Formats: sequence, C-alpha cells, structure tokens
Amino acid sequence: MTTSTGSITSNVTIGEKPDGYEGAGFFATSLDKVVGMARANSIWPLPFATSCCGIEFMATMGSHYDLGRFGSERLSFSPRQADLLMVMGTIAKKMGPILRQVYEQMAEPRWVISVGACACSGGIFDTYSVLQGIDRIIPVDVYVPGCPPRPEQILDGILKIQHLVETESRRRRESPEYKAMLNTYGIE
Amino acid sequence: MEGTDQEKIISALKEKFEGEILHAEMLYDFLTITLKKDQIISIIRHLYDHPDTQFQYLTTLCGIHYPDVNQIAVMYQLHSLQKNYRIRLKIYLPVESPVTPTLTTIFPAANWLERETFDFFGVIFEGHPNLKRILNVEDMIIFPLRKEYPLEDQTREDKNDTMFGR
Repeated sequence: MTTSTGSITSNVTIGEKPDGYEGAGFFATSLDKVVGMARANSIWPLPFATSCCGIEFMATMGSHYDLGRFGSERLSFSPRQADLLMVMGTIAKKMGPILRQVYEQMAEPRWVISVGACACSGGIFDTYSVLQGIDRIIPVDVYVPGCPPRPEQILDGILKIQHLVETESRRRRESPEYKAMLNTYGIE
Repeated sequence: MEGTDQEKIISALKEKFEGEILHAEMLYDFLTITLKKDQIISIIRHLYDHPDTQFQYLTTLCGIHYPDVNQIAVMYQLHSLQKNYRIRLKIYLPVESPVTPTLTTIFPAANWLERETFDFFGVIFEGHPNLKRILNVEDMIIFPLRKEYPLEDQTREDKNDTMFGR
C-alpha cells in the first residue's frame, strides 16, 4: 500500500495487512496471522560466521544492502534471545558440537539459515576434518548456495525465512511431527 | 649453504655418532641427514651443545608416511642462529610400532609439534608430557595423514563418478 504521491512519504511502502474483516473502527483476523506478521518483521539473527561468507554477511548488514530494512537491524550475539541462526562458513567437525549447543540454547520458535556451499554441503572441503553440511547435526530451514553468495542472495534467503515465519502455524512447534523431526537429529 | 659449512656439520656429527649416519646429502639446498632411530635425542643434544654447530632452535618437526617401505619418518628441522646453519634430520620408524623418545627434553617447543605428529600419523613420543590429539576431534579413531586413509569424507552423497571421478 503506497501513500499519497508528491509528499515526502511517496517512496515509503507499508507492509501488507493480512486477510481479515474490516469495518468502521475494527479489523478482525486470526491470531496466527498477526503473530506471524509481527515475528517476520522483527527477526533477531544470530550470526555464526566462520569464514568468507561471514564477510559477505558484514556487507549485508552494511548501509548499502542493509538488513535493517527487513526488521533485522538488531543482531543477537546471545542464542537465548535470537530467532534466526545464520550459519555462514565452513564448519569443521570439531566445531560441530559447538554449533549444535548454540542451536539447543536458542528458544523456540527458532529458524536456521545455511549460507554458502560449505555450510550447505561441505563445499570444496570434501575432507575428513570438515562437516559435510550442517544439516547433519541441526535442522535447516533455508539454504543459500554460492561460494560465497552475494549479499543479494543472503537477502533473498532472509526473505524466504520471513515467508516461513509469516506463514507458520502458531501450534507447529508443539506438534508431535515437529518433535519427531528434532528427534531425528537427537535433539530433546 | 657452502660446502665447508656442510663439512663442519658432518664432522661435528661424526665426532661422536659416525655409526649413526645412514645417508647425508644436499636436497634442494638443504643438508638432509638420515640417521638410525635409536640415538636421535643424543644426536640433537650433541648438535645443540657443540661449539661448531649450536643448533639451538627447532624450526619444525613432522611425520611422513612412506607406504612403499611401510615406514613412518620423523623429520626434525633445526636452525643455528649463531652460525646461520640449517639442517634436516630424518629417522625412519616401522608403521607397526612408530615409537621414539620425545624431543621436549631439549626443546619445549616440540610439545605441540609432537602432538600434531601423533594426531596425524600416530607416532608415539615416549616421555611426552601430554600426548593427545591437538587438531582433530578427540574421538577420531584414524590417523588421517597415513596413506591408507582416503582424504575425502566417505559419507558425502552429492558426488558421483559421472561428475567428480569418485
């Protein structure tokens, strides 16, 4: 929804409101949609940057690309307060238990984005010392390929995460399917 | 290194350990001496103390696996800051029992280097104060730089013969 033309606000876009019933002085919709909208536009990412993809992430946070435009201005360097774990870079097998511990320390609801070829599949490091993809130890929501991916690609991954956050059912995290999925990773 | 420097080092070594030298040659401008394995620590101590050599700096130490002869070599690279000499010493150990005394008694810096050599080649340095893995995960059961172990992670699924020659 774009506001009136010619004024200073002409380039400002306001987020879409969810479907619902509107009348004089009221707007009714489901709680899922309101919560989803609020969450999607205020994701606190935890950057877990181990190599060159982390440098691309720094550019993504910088003024030119500016992840803050999507409501993720505030990085959380404590997993306790983070919504989104961003794994960017090669994860050595020795780092695996640490990454897993960070994931376990995050409160639900939590999402994971795997940035770059190394985090997704081990990348060029097909070797005895490197974890061949972080999805071997923690569940991943969105994969961003590239070696390293450009900031635009990381932003695209964040938008995909926002879509997942926005459309997620309020009760998904309590469902037996979700618990079974975590159990396949040996979590909880 | 000039020939005279090389001769000085060899003659200093021959004063006490003539029978220990198996082979000595200049390899890539670097004096490389292959020795019998039993007296290596005494030899390094001798080169450390000898006024003509004074090898008092340990540049590095590492293992090398030679599968053809079924042996693991341990290579010591020493530097004499006084004389500006460099030297490489090699001993060969059998793969079945790669055991040799620790060099930490002379060079404390050998501590981590020997741990690394243990980590990757399984060489046991007797008398080492803390011989455990240093770089790899602690529960690893192989010595990954021995040639019988493949470099690649065998659990990788996205590579096949048509694309990667695996």
